[in-house]
Amino acid sequence: MEHSYFFIAMIYLAAAVIFIPVAKKLGLGSVLGYLLAGIVIGPSLLGFIGHEGQDIMHFAEFGVVMMLFLIGIELEPALLWSLRAPILGLGGLQVLITAAAIAGLALLLGQPLNASLALGMTLSLSSTAIVLQSLKEKGQLSSAAGQSAFSVLLFQDIAVIPMLAIFPLLAGPDASSATDHTTTFRDNLPAWMQTLVVLGAVIVIIIAGQYLVRPLLRMVARTRVRELFTAFALLLVVAISVLMSLVGLSPALGAFLGGVVLANSEYKHELESDIEPFKGLLLGLFFMAVGASIDFKLVLSMPWVILGLVVSLMILKMVILLILGKVFRISIEQNLLFGMALSQVGEFAFVLLAFTQQNNILAPRMVSIMTAVVALSMALTPLLLLIYERIIQPRFNQAGAGTNTREADEIQEKHPIIIAGFGRFGNIVGRFLRVNGVKATILDLDSDRVDALHNLGVKVYYGDASRRDLLEAAGAADAKIIIVAMDTVEQTLDVVKIVRKHFPHLQMLVKAEHIPDTYELMDLGVLHIYRETLDTSLRMGADALQMLGIRAYHAHRNISTFRKQDEKALKGLSAIRNDKKLYINTVKQRIEELEKLMSNERVTKWNPSAQGWDEQSLIDEANQD
Amino acid sequence: MAKILILFAHPAFEKSRVHSQLVTAIRGMQGVTLHDLYEVYPDMNIDVRHEQSLLLQHDIILFQHPLYWYSAPAMIKQWQDLVLEHGWAYGRTGTALRGKMAGNVISAGAQEGTYSKEGWHHYTINDFLLPFRQTAVLCNMQYLEPFVIYGTHRLSYTSILEQAVAYKQMLERLRDGQPKIQ
Repeated sequence: MEHSYFFIAMIYLAAAVIFIPVAKKLGLGSVLGYLLAGIVIGPSLLGFIGHEGQDIMHFAEFGVVMMLFLIGIELEPALLWSLRAPILGLGGLQVLITAAAIAGLALLLGQPLNASLALGMTLSLSSTAIVLQSLKEKGQLSSAAGQSAFSVLLFQDIAVIPMLAIFPLLAGPDASSATDHTTTFRDNLPAWMQTLVVLGAVIVIIIAGQYLVRPLLRMVARTRVRELFTAFALLLVVAISVLMSLVGLSPALGAFLGGVVLANSEYKHELESDIEPFKGLLLGLFFMAVGASIDFKLVLSMPWVILGLVVSLMILKMVILLILGKVFRISIEQNLLFGMALSQVGEFAFVLLAFTQQNNILAPRMVSIMTAVVALSMALTPLLLLIYERIIQPRFNQAGAGTNTREADEIQEKHPIIIAGFGRFGNIVGRFLRVNGVKATILDLDSDRVDALHNLGVKVYYGDASRRDLLEAAGAADAKIIIVAMDTVEQTLDVVKIVRKHFPHLQMLVKAEHIPDTYELMDLGVLHIYRETLDTSLRMGADALQMLGIRAYHAHRNISTFRKQDEKALKGLSAIRNDKKLYINTVKQRIEELEKLMSNERVTKWNPSAQGWDEQSLIDEANQD
Repeated sequence: MAKILILFAHPAFEKSRVHSQLVTAIRGMQGVTLHDLYEVYPDMNIDVRHEQSLLLQHDIILFQHPLYWYSAPAMIKQWQDLVLEHGWAYGRTGTALRGKMAGNVISAGAQEGTYSKEGWHHYTINDFLLPFRQTAVLCNMQYLEPFVIYGTHRLSYTSILEQAVAYKQMLERLRDGQPKIQ
């Protein structure tokens, strides 16, 4: 029976909503949750979804593309450059050695040479989606293991290109019958042209990213139509994918490149937070599709063979990774994580396996078995990582806490201060912090201003700071202080509420416009409120006093006295502001008190709060003697 | 003709009886610069380079202030702490002030007699001014005999005016090269 799209969407969404919280609660992580959800709703168990799972998987693979775009955008080119050794060395060796080992074993087990080579290459890859998502969830992405895993995965994504090129050469006798849906226009060109086309596509992405996308982003941001920015962000990723597919490159790789090019852009955080939910949903869909695609009937018909294949394959991959990790001097604790994380076979294997079937490299039955093996190895990965987290890591932590504190060095630089709103007010705060050597992550909602500042060399990110995801992207989880200096009272209150709800650890320093919004901020529990005109007005008043001949020191001290009294009074008044009569009476009373305190009626009269310098009592006493 | 810099510090100058007259008397004197520290630095954030260049432009440096707790108002201490830098005012390379003269111009509430071993305050004014004298010595300066106006609490207006004239004459002598060195 054909289910309607909405019905299928409902099943997937419901499965996600039910399984993910449970998985999270059980400490299994969201990836395992999605996989389990997929298994449950798949043909093997409940059968809500049938074999369209494969198609959905192709669609959902786009989540991987988005993820790599996001990873790219998080990765400054300089950092990528610093990773060149692990990418080429570690990644290259991993693919070569693993592919060779698996091909050798397959040969020993009686597979023909071309099938062995295809299996070796296919199974040498690991799952970018599962590994990066799981490591990110565990906060391990910036650890030594995370960086190494990332390097290897990146190389694998690059390695897919030559693999796809080699596979047709391995084709079996009936290859001519292979469907040509993977053919790209590149295939009709001679080899040197192909290379040129590939290079050209990469250069197009870099140049367009630098010179075309930025002005477009600016233009789109200026319309202030929120969904348009989202649409543009999606268009960007989709366009890159289309271009890459056209020239036969991995869309994920292209998206990654596009991300890196935009990593220095002022719209970075906004792009990130726009793509993030799509990526999350699509990846979830992808994991569910993987879960649903496991053919349990096949598995149950030959459980030991498949189990044996899965286990020996994962152990083989892990051993090679561990040896390489050792060669590349990763600490034992991190090396174990590195090895366990990358021991599965990746989603690209599904593509490559389909390819081998079309090219008659592998028999259909072999392809089914290997597909099940790949899916099972992916499903086991979150479990392995769970074992690492629960059993292995604690042992190392007991052994020496030193290793953990050492790792922290590698975490990407995050600023301790976020400035939300870089208008007249935030601007000055930012400049002051900057000359004092304190760097801040700056967010602003005015695209013209962002551009103007960008031209001045000030790094300001365009984005709405009242959005939780954007704050997240700006590093709110690790920051210490947020300075809220939005242009309007409404925006300010929005930001304060979001920060209070999601980042309660952040110290908030909030700009207020006047008294009513100060009261509202007080009600929200904000401790550090700065009325934007208070200090300047008092300074002006003090200057006026000085021009009347009042001593600068006296005026200066009275600024401080006035400000403190005024802020104190406001706190008391805030509580009674709803009682109009009481409020007005109290205000009057406070003004009188303040006047008495400052004794401003006559310029010569002395400030009684400075009794120490007042010699009148001493003079009186002396004259009594 | 020597040039005199008066570093004046009075946090409650608007209430002052004595110093207001002293300042009035010497204002505009040739060769005398009156530098009103509390007026220039109400936030006590002293511009050290500016102060040092002022010092270099003068030969005689006088601290004029009321005596608070046997010492100077806080501003003078702040000024000393910040301006008399090591390597500039003292220390092996600190020779900027070498050969200049320093001194105090002080108003004290109590009578002269109370500032003695037998008196109410048990020590002489010179005893209390020891930190100033030694500071001058450390900065390779000669310390002048202090100009002290005693008993200001009971001083009549005419007596204050007399003291102001005396102060002006003292400055003239200093300026014209007849310093009284302690």
